[in-house]
Amino acid sequence: MIEPIEPEFRNLEREGQRPIGSPALIDLIQRSGLRGRGGAGFPTGLKWRAVAERGQGHAVLVANGVEADPLSAKDRLLMTSYPDLVLDGAVIAAESVGATDVVLAVNRGFADARGALTAALQRRRERVKVSLVDIPSRYVAGEETAVVHFINRGIAKPTGTRPRPFERGAFGRPTLVQNVETLAWAGLIARRGDGWFRSLGTPAVPGAVLVTVSGAVVNPGVIELPAGATLEVAVAGAGGATASPQALLVGGFFGSWVDAGRARSVSEGGGMVLALPASSCGLAETARMLDILARETAHQCGPCFNGLPALADVMTRVAFGRPQAAEVQRLRRWAGQLGGHRGACHHPDGAIGLLLSALTAFEHDLNWHLLRGACAGSQRPSVLPAIAVGTSWR
Amino acid sequence: MRQRLRVNPLACDASGSCAELFVERVRLDDWGYPIIDPTPIPDQLLPHAQRAVQNCPKLALSLEPAEA
Repeated sequence: MIEPIEPEFRNLEREGQRPIGSPALIDLIQRSGLRGRGGAGFPTGLKWRAVAERGQGHAVLVANGVEADPLSAKDRLLMTSYPDLVLDGAVIAAESVGATDVVLAVNRGFADARGALTAALQRRRERVKVSLVDIPSRYVAGEETAVVHFINRGIAKPTGTRPRPFERGAFGRPTLVQNVETLAWAGLIARRGDGWFRSLGTPAVPGAVLVTVSGAVVNPGVIELPAGATLEVAVAGAGGATASPQALLVGGFFGSWVDAGRARSVSEGGGMVLALPASSCGLAETARMLDILARETAHQCGPCFNGLPALADVMTRVAFGRPQAAEVQRLRRWAGQLGGHRGACHHPDGAIGLLLSALTAFEHDLNWHLLRGACAGSQRPSVLPAIAVGTSWR
Repeated sequence: MRQRLRVNPLACDASGSCAELFVERVRLDDWGYPIIDPTPIPDQLLPHAQRAVQNCPKLALSLEPAEA
């Protein structure tokens, strides 16, 4: 867990009575250009409309506060420091799509967030039923079908593509599963209008976004940036790099390594940026991450429970041992076989994206490792936070 | 409406029968699990696809409409 700095969140203070949600508000959300902040980036207005049409006034709203990626801290911070913003957004969304129930799905490891939400609920009176569910701290437990599965049957494993939660979700009813940051922004758009939200962003990408910046930066933590801001702006916003970073990881454990100078937008990466110091070995960090992802398999789908441990095992040798060229070729062959959305969720795809980006971004290091064995950087301490792999799915 | 083959990864246990019965659209990964080519199946290959679906011991295979 990254220690969050005290953020400014200059646009996130609460003001007065909250507006009541309504079908007209769905149009406003759509006009605002708000997209999901849980990683997938789906247009929020479209998602709300699909649930409103299916739900016929009996839908369920799930506020997703699982935030399982170890490199993200923004949802936890938002729920802990601004619980009323999350609750306003959740209730407004529920009213807008015709949901009678709100389920707050919060990572079991976030006692602070649960405490803040519970205290806020005791102060408030809601017109919909609100409950709070502790979700096991597992990487894939935040995937929307896993959240729904846990609510219905107490098992936090993904259930695959059909039916989607908007068709049949929590309690067997059409369900809107929405990230808590997305809900907070939606609540503020309801108060201040779509013009306000658009004015926060860049012309191409409307709105603002919470970004967790970690690694070799002066002030690691959560910052608020215009959506569409470049990675360079994100690093500068965290006080700048402590030393010239050799690469940035965008998008957390399902993300990609990119050159530090690349003009990519923070919105592409689920709001996570990690700066890798020049003294570290990107292959070693990737091997550590693949090992975590392999241990986080839900053990349901062959490509995942066979492929990920095999990839992690070979990558560990590439990073820390004396690798053979054939082992790198094997990694590439397996990456080709295991991608293409073959699992019930995107866990293998996320791991493979990370691996392939590392083989490209750290090609020079790879050649060094092949010629002379592991580099000095691989022996340095990891820049990743300490990560405990979960033990329970229930 | 053209159809394509789909495997339910939660049900599949790598019997491999699909790859034998429908080589045109199914190959196996290094662990024996099927990799399905999702392109639409032409009419002359449809009987092979249907045989693969019927013979999967886990009923993990299905044909679904191929979206345009």
